[in-house]
This record gives sequence, structure tokens and C-alpha cells, in this order.
Amino acid sequence: MTMMEDQAAAIRIEAIAKTFTLHNQGSTLVPVFANVSLEVAAGECVVLSGVSGVGKSTMLRAIYGNYVPSDGSVKLFHDGEYVDITNAPPHVVLDIRRRTMGYVSQFLRVIPRIQTLQLVMEPLLENSVDAGEAKDRAEAILAMLNLPKALWGLPPATFSGGEQQRVNIARVMVREYPVLLLDEPTASLDAANRQTVIKLMNAARDRGTAMVGIFHDEAVRNAVATRFFDVTEYRLAA
Amino acid sequence: MSMITPIERDEQLLVVEGLDKSFGPIGACRDVSFELRRGEILGIVGESGSGKTTLLRCISGQLEPTGGQVLFNSRRHGMHDIFALSEQDRRRIAREEWGYVHQNPRDGLRMRVSGGANVAEPLMMNGRRHYGEMREQSLNWFERVELDLGRIDNKPRTFSGGMQQRLQIARNLIHNPSLVFMDEPTGGLDVSVQARLLDLMRVLVREMGLAAIIVTHDIGVARLLADRLLVMKSGFVVEQGLTDQVLDDPQHGYTQLLVSSVLQI
Repeated sequence: MTMMEDQAAAIRIEAIAKTFTLHNQGSTLVPVFANVSLEVAAGECVVLSGVSGVGKSTMLRAIYGNYVPSDGSVKLFHDGEYVDITNAPPHVVLDIRRRTMGYVSQFLRVIPRIQTLQLVMEPLLENSVDAGEAKDRAEAILAMLNLPKALWGLPPATFSGGEQQRVNIARVMVREYPVLLLDEPTASLDAANRQTVIKLMNAARDRGTAMVGIFHDEAVRNAVATRFFDVTEYRLAA
Repeated sequence: MSMITPIERDEQLLVVEGLDKSFGPIGACRDVSFELRRGEILGIVGESGSGKTTLLRCISGQLEPTGGQVLFNSRRHGMHDIFALSEQDRRRIAREEWGYVHQNPRDGLRMRVSGGANVAEPLMMNGRRHYGEMREQSLNWFERVELDLGRIDNKPRTFSGGMQQRLQIARNLIHNPSLVFMDEPTGGLDVSVQARLLDLMRVLVREMGLAAIIVTHDIGVARLLADRLLVMKSGFVVEQGLTDQVLDDPQHGYTQLLVSSVLQI
């Protein structure tokens, strides 16, 4: 443990708990987990494990600031200091997401009608990369992910599941975020594309990205993980 | 004073504190507080009658609140309660630094003058007189909102609903405002036109670095456009925060009801 604390942690989760309160169903409480603490250092890839429903995605979303933990804190190393994302003002959370933390979700959620290439360039443009360089980098990552060139100029609404997922991955991997959260990024990919994504994830980890991920595919999990974190131990009975 | 403080202060564009508005015994807005920074898009959601439009009309200076303050950081006056300014100063801020996009484009356009004149008028109201320049800027804005340049001399009543709405948006952005108020800007448009308008508004807001407050009852629109959300019910703000957090992990019973009532396609 001491060694871990010596290395600067990129993510510092301290005793978080999550219980959902369903106000419209007689204030039913849905407990998920409690007292979860985890530190993730640069260059680590922590894979969350446990059966479906144990709270892996909930934990990932709590790190991203998408879910509000009922207790505890999630500190991210951002701009030279630790910021607790669970009570940071919205503009700070957005800044963390823009510069420090990328999140590959299971579903692509974007404004309809925008071209794929433009969608992938967006995170770069938001970080003041000039349009020419953004375009080159977006094209490079789309090519690496084997997305057919004919699709680059189209909005992804009509793409297959695997194609949309690759757009989703490209949007995040086009930048080098210090922190990456990955929720089943390879779920709908074929074997060849899965290998490409594994390669991308390993390259990110090797250059010092701190990663937390959920992967149901055992081969993927073993290929990227530096350690496992079993959420089951913190489970609360419903 | 250090150099940092005025800059941070400067980032706040609008601060609403304890705003109340009642019509006789009816409280339309109650104790509403929030702030807005430059470049931020704030969505206001809630059911009909929850006070969304009244709030928008109060903070845009059209309705005087019964209580509370609306502080706006204007170029001329700095951070100042707009209702403590004279009517004239308040109108000048509205003319120079704000835009207001109505739900019904007919309320925001002048139907008897040409599309081009509608777009150029805010420049004239701000003292511009060079006809050629204004014409050029109008043409430029016709292009930016994807209107056919050949229609610039036509009257808006010959435009479709979607075209009228884009015309209204051009009219409200041409004078380079710092804050734009939008009341259900995509209401009443068919979905393909709506998607196009959403994309357009997002791009324009980012390119111009302006702040926007968008009233909508459409949760999908709010999710795609807004950075932050205010959820209103019976005049109160029952919940506010980051858009995806409010919609994915709503804390208040009413927000939970609102989110769970959205139809899935």
C-alpha cells in the first residue's frame, strides 16, 4: 500500500457508497455498494470484476461524475491538484472531462446529422488543436480502427453496432487523456478490431494513462489488466 | 487585488439570486438562484406551467421580478442588477448584448419586411448605417444558418417554419451578443429540421463563445445542447447540475418522473 501512495495516484476513490432512491415508487431504496476505496496510478489498468448488477458500471459512472455517490469522494488529479468530482461545480467537471478524463461508453450518443470525421475531431478542437492537425489525427485513428473511408463523411446514425462503437472509441482515443474509463469498449467488435483496440489500450497504458475498465471478454481482460478489483466485496444486499 | 480575481469574476456573465415573480396570488417563480458563465449553455426543463418562460422573461428584462436580483455582466456597466438600471440602460443592454429567440418565429421576426432586412435590423438598431456592409453581413448570416441566398429579398411569410426559425436565429446573433435566450427554439418543427437546427445552434454557440439559456420541455434537446440543467416544478428549481448527471442520476422525485416519462424510440 505504501508503494502505491508514493506513486502519485491519478484517481483516488475514498469510501464511496451508492444507494438509489426511487421517489416515485414509495421511496424504495436500491442499495448498490458501500465503502469502496481504490487508488489508480499512472500506467495502471484496473479491471473491475464481479457479476452483472454488482455495480461495476455504477462505479465507473461515479468516477466520471455522471452518478452522484451517496457518500465518499472521488478525487482526480487535474491541473496539478486533486479535485473531488463528486462536489465540483459543473464547469470544473466539464473541464476535467475535456482535458483529463476520457470515457468510452457502450453507446454512441451524439447530435444527429454530424459527420463522423467531425465528431472525432471535436475533442481536439475543444482543446484548441488547429483544424488541420485535428483532421489528420482523426483520419489516422479512424483508419487504425478500420472504419471504411466511405463512412467518414456520414453521420453514424445508420452505422452497424460495431462501426458505431469504433467511432465511440476513436472519439476518445484520438486524444491522450491522462485518465481513461472504459465500459465494455470491445463488446460489439469482431476479433480483428478487438485486437486493434487492445493494442490502443496497451499503448495508452504504457505511456502512463491511468485506466479503469469493465470487460466481460476474458481474453481482452487478461490482455490489458495490470490488476483486478472485485466490486462484489462491497456489495449491499438489496 | 491580484490579477486573477477580476478575470474569474469576469467569467460570470449572469447571476440570479432569490428571484421571485408572482402574478397576484400565483407564484410563478419562487426563490430561483443560479449563475451562468461565458460560453455555457444552460437548459431549463419542466412541465407546462412550471414557470420556465416566466423565468426567462424576468432574466431577459421583460418582466420585473417581485423579489430577488438579476445581475448581468454588461460591457457598459460591469456586473450590475439589471432592474436597478434605468429602463433605457436595460433596453440598451438587450439591444447590444442579448438575443431572444421566440418559440414562434412570427413573434421574433417582422413579417412585412424582407428576410435580409430582418437579419440586418439589429445592426441598424445598434447604430450601423453602411448599407453595403450590412447587406454583406446579412448574406454571410444567411449562409451560416444555411438559408438560400436567393431568398434574401423575400418576406419571411413565404418561408417554411424551419427557415423562419433559422432566420430568427440569424437575426439574434448578427450583432454578436454575449447571451442568447431561447424559448422552445425547436418546438413545432419536424424532427429532421429540428436535428439540423440543433447542430447549427451548437456550432454557432461554440464558434462565437456565447452563453445561451434554452427553455425546452424536450429532454432530448436538453441533453444534446445543454451543459447544465435547471429542473423546474411549480415555480421552484427542484434540481440543478450537469446535464448528464441530472438526467442519468436524478435526485428529485419530479426529475425522476420527468426522465422516466420520455418515450424511447
